[in-house]
Amino acid sequence: MAGNGTNGQQYVGTRTIRPDGADKVTGRARFGADYNLAGQLIGKVLRSPHPHARIVSIDTSKAEALPGVKAVITRDDFADMPSEFIPAGEMMMNYKDVTRNVMAREKALYEGHAVAAVAATSAVIAKKALKLIDVTYDVLPHVIDVVEAMQPGAPILHDDLFTVGVEPKPDRPSNVAKRVEISQGDIDAGFKRADVIVEREFKTAPVHQGYIEPHAVLATVSEDGSAEVWVSTQGHYIVRAHCARLLGMDIGKIRVNAAEIGGGFGGKTVVYLEPLALALSRKAKRPVKMVMSREEVFKASGPTSGAVVKVKMGATKDGKFVAGWAELKYQAGAFQGSPVQPGVMCAYAPYEIEHVKVVGYDVVSNRPKVAAYRAPGAPISEYAVESVVDEIAKKLGIDPIQLRMMNAAHEGTKAAYGPKFGPLGLEETLNSIKKTEHWNTPLRKWQGRGVASGFWFNIGGETCVSLTVNEDGTVSLMAGTPDIGGLRASLAAVAADELGIPYDKVRPIIGDTGSLGFNFLTGGSRSAFSGSMAIVEAAKQIKSELCARAAKLWEMKPDEIEYAGGHVKPKVASEKVTPMSLVDFAKVAGKTGGPIGGVGRINAQGAGPSLGTHLVDLEVDPETGRVTILRYTVAQDAGKALHPAYVEGQFQGGAVQGIGWALNEEYIYGADGKLQNAGFLDYRMPVASDVPKIDAIVVEVANPRHPYGVRGVGETPIVPPLGAIANAMENATGIRFTELPMSPPKVLKALKEKYGAGGAGR
Amino acid sequence: MRYEAPESVQGAVALLAAANGDARVLAGGTDLLVQMRADVVEPELIVDIKRIRETRAVTQENGGWRIGAAVTGAELKEHAPLKQAWPGVVEAANLIGSTQVQGRATLGGNLCNGSPAADSVPALIAAGAVAKLAGPHGQRDLPVEDVMLGPRTLALRPGEFVVSFLLPPRPPRSADAYLRFIPRTEMDIAVVGAGVSIAVDGAGTITAARVSLGAVAPRVLLVAEAAQAIIGSRLDDAAQERLAAAARAACRPIDDKRGTTEFRVDVAGVLARRAALIAMDRARTR
Amino acid sequence: MAKHHVEAIVNGDPVEFLCETEETLLDVLRDTLHLTGSKEGCSSGDCGACSVTLDGRLVCSCLVLGCEVGGRTIETIEGMAKGETLHPLQQRFLEHAALQCGICTPGFLVASKALLERNPNPTETEIRYWLAGNLCRCTGYDKIITAVQDAAGAMRKG
Repeated sequence: MAGNGTNGQQYVGTRTIRPDGADKVTGRARFGADYNLAGQLIGKVLRSPHPHARIVSIDTSKAEALPGVKAVITRDDFADMPSEFIPAGEMMMNYKDVTRNVMAREKALYEGHAVAAVAATSAVIAKKALKLIDVTYDVLPHVIDVVEAMQPGAPILHDDLFTVGVEPKPDRPSNVAKRVEISQGDIDAGFKRADVIVEREFKTAPVHQGYIEPHAVLATVSEDGSAEVWVSTQGHYIVRAHCARLLGMDIGKIRVNAAEIGGGFGGKTVVYLEPLALALSRKAKRPVKMVMSREEVFKASGPTSGAVVKVKMGATKDGKFVAGWAELKYQAGAFQGSPVQPGVMCAYAPYEIEHVKVVGYDVVSNRPKVAAYRAPGAPISEYAVESVVDEIAKKLGIDPIQLRMMNAAHEGTKAAYGPKFGPLGLEETLNSIKKTEHWNTPLRKWQGRGVASGFWFNIGGETCVSLTVNEDGTVSLMAGTPDIGGLRASLAAVAADELGIPYDKVRPIIGDTGSLGFNFLTGGSRSAFSGSMAIVEAAKQIKSELCARAAKLWEMKPDEIEYAGGHVKPKVASEKVTPMSLVDFAKVAGKTGGPIGGVGRINAQGAGPSLGTHLVDLEVDPETGRVTILRYTVAQDAGKALHPAYVEGQFQGGAVQGIGWALNEEYIYGADGKLQNAGFLDYRMPVASDVPKIDAIVVEVANPRHPYGVRGVGETPIVPPLGAIANAMENATGIRFTELPMSPPKVLKALKEKYGAGGAGR
Repeated sequence: MRYEAPESVQGAVALLAAANGDARVLAGGTDLLVQMRADVVEPELIVDIKRIRETRAVTQENGGWRIGAAVTGAELKEHAPLKQAWPGVVEAANLIGSTQVQGRATLGGNLCNGSPAADSVPALIAAGAVAKLAGPHGQRDLPVEDVMLGPRTLALRPGEFVVSFLLPPRPPRSADAYLRFIPRTEMDIAVVGAGVSIAVDGAGTITAARVSLGAVAPRVLLVAEAAQAIIGSRLDDAAQERLAAAARAACRPIDDKRGTTEFRVDVAGVLARRAALIAMDRARTR
Repeated sequence: MAKHHVEAIVNGDPVEFLCETEETLLDVLRDTLHLTGSKEGCSSGDCGACSVTLDGRLVCSCLVLGCEVGGRTIETIEGMAKGETLHPLQQRFLEHAALQCGICTPGFLVASKALLERNPNPTETEIRYWLAGNLCRCTGYDKIITAVQDAAGAMRKG
């Protein structure tokens, strides 16, 4: 087991003050838009006003002639890329699509699609220049809705898109990029065994990650072709890889610095402005700064999919799930790559079910290309399944927690998507929910209580960190995964415990792409999981190095020496030698062999899934359809909470994002294919007065494949809320709502249809 | 783009009248700056009226209250006597945007932005407020319900601006209330708004009423039928139902991103009734 | 036309700057005075990340023109800590982990300080409604509310 104890203290598992905290409460911390360079230009993007149009011509001559304009770029400034999926870090990317998403080529495929960009000496001039660019469009019919996009005769976005995963291979292009399927057992046989079968169709709206910081980048390219970038991103190595590919540059020539990041939730895992800023800088030979407006964020950066999901589940009369079938149609936006695959895999993952079949379709339409959003794909499919699970519980007269408990996946369960699970914490979360005061609080008329569970895999991946012992024995910790929610606090605690030194003697920073080996991005709930593993490895190197040096000093064998309690000492105490602390060793580093440090370079394996259960009480105003969240409790398995407060924060934040998804957030399009609510005002994310306290219960079922037992925690919290709220709505109103968001007009209409005006008939 | 901050009404009028392009009055700026940033408007001249004494004062006048057009919502909230006299107007003004927006947003701006969903306008109309306009030909008074003609369309003549509002004296046993419907608890634009002002006699019978609805038609409505529906009643169940029906009947809303036609009509009846109950409750206890 | 010459007091210090009419106070603070602690999340008054006080009144600096603030007093996040001592709100935000990414934090702190100056003992509901104009997408608001309540208690004790 890791951890050497400290000077009387263990930091892992405690609520330490985050090392980057003071800078963040004083306004010092530098986020993407806070960087400036002497002589910098301001870059702005011209975006398509049409949801679907062929770009006949782009005339930039008038813009280029405007005094103060230093560069204009269009599709002509980017090389075309072949259509093939190639690795970028751990992701597979089709750069034919990536290059077209950052800058439209043949067609504009959604309102807000970048068509040209300018760099000028001021924002005012850049904006003027955009108006001088003359684009001739041949406007084409558009399609927004996922079901309509799948119809024969729908406007086709890509002439070369033929559905993958169907036999025979289609001879005509369509908007269905692929069909995916998982199955185990014999689904028909499963339904034959069922005493009760529930089948429902659900619909969810696309929702945006809603980070408060718009995308921002500052890039500078020198005359020798070397480049430096400061950017708000979840993965600066990924930014580097994408930009190098899109611009035909060597990876080693681009140095990317991760600015403090003002939220990402998956939405900052891809590139938008970065290649444009580099291309503009390369052309103008000046630094170029670009910041999106909020409207651009909504129109041109990824939301997650809206979807149509059919679920059919069967159970025996004593409550055993025997069959689970589902069909998922996910919008990908203008280019293929919706999260339908993880949606398919997660749909039934919380449960042990013998017969499962889930089919998914990845469908393009004239919307911004979706980007990852917290447990991408899972909230949608699991919402549908959790709704049906609740209906089965009602039909069978079984308590919904009990029913979930009876079917919960556990150690040894074979998941329909493949693996056999190690230890899982679903049952513990269900148990802890049942023990809350919340669970036993009485409810009144028009109030309802809902419960739902959720699953997310979590990942590990390539990770590189370094620990450097400074001349005074303090330690510099460098990680290469941007810190979005307290990573530096968690990693500093692990380093302090591993080395047995005080927490405040570790200074963690996020290193740039030139300072550490490759790091995959902060995503998949991997950064604390993988980073702490890598820290353990780096600390191990330091400890073994110090033992080796002590062996020389003390004329002993290395294996007679250990590192414990923050000291190098003989395993058997000896009067001849005095144990040496890290501080002692730092003083003699030069004489004993030079700088002391360790670098953890790993491809982290063994990420353990995290399961959670949410409990919500709400009240419906029967006269207006308005929903008020009264009480909310989250219980989730963290494996081991390195920093409990930031783990709770993940639970609470995910729950509130889920509340927004369930009740009010949505992309609203007009018949003209244009987004009507591209701003915070009408997008309606929850504000502080919309939500109650969110009680957070941290369950710890250790992940045996991590030295501290850690599981990723960041994504699972957004999975259960949609189902929990829909189930509570059913209990409050007697109506099963199958369409998100459950916004007041929809709710009131349903109430009127069932009970008459004002709910009088209830 | 010019910016001027005159210190007198005459100074503002002169600037506005002489403007040769699009001239905009700046009060709190919570709508104007957003529209400028979004390139919806590109004024040639901005006339900031906040340095004019008359636009920034709340004073008693002949038993009523005169409120400067550039007094902020936050200032109204802190004005105890005004809040006591016209709780509905003050609570309506305090529903415009966030605390931050309250620090800037004004009644004059809320009205002159020309939105049928403006929160303070139904409350002002229910209160019988009269706007004082100043222009090149002097000053004139115009009931608030006559100021806005339609979305972004005002009855103001060239060079005119709103200097202040006069709320009439409060008879005994009278009060007002304003409610709006939004999907969240804060920060949204009204999907429906309802302002009600009521006076009752010693027996609790309604002797006078004004009912105004926002966001259910191209302009904020003063619904005489809804007032008639409750005058003479004690706001019993039947009167409430008549009120709600009259309110619904007056609605001519649009279907949009904020609400469907059907929803707005239904909720207008609900809010008119609920606002009337609050106003009634307040009136009885005075 | 020529730029406006504006003199104002920012965080207790006299400042002067030149600005175009259309530049907002937020633009001036960030780009001209290099006070980048106030953040731009929306430029429409809907997120509160640019919150400052203007003559003691809480406002969104994106909804104020730079040329309007002549002779006025502005307080930003950069003026909140006194010397080496963090304001009790700043300290409690750290202790309660009331920030994750931290982009909304300056706005929340400035807004919370304005609340406690007016109402030293706010209820949870009062805090939530006062802060409704400050969007946070990370925390679900829970720990922010706790931190403000705790800071209020500490400040009442002095």
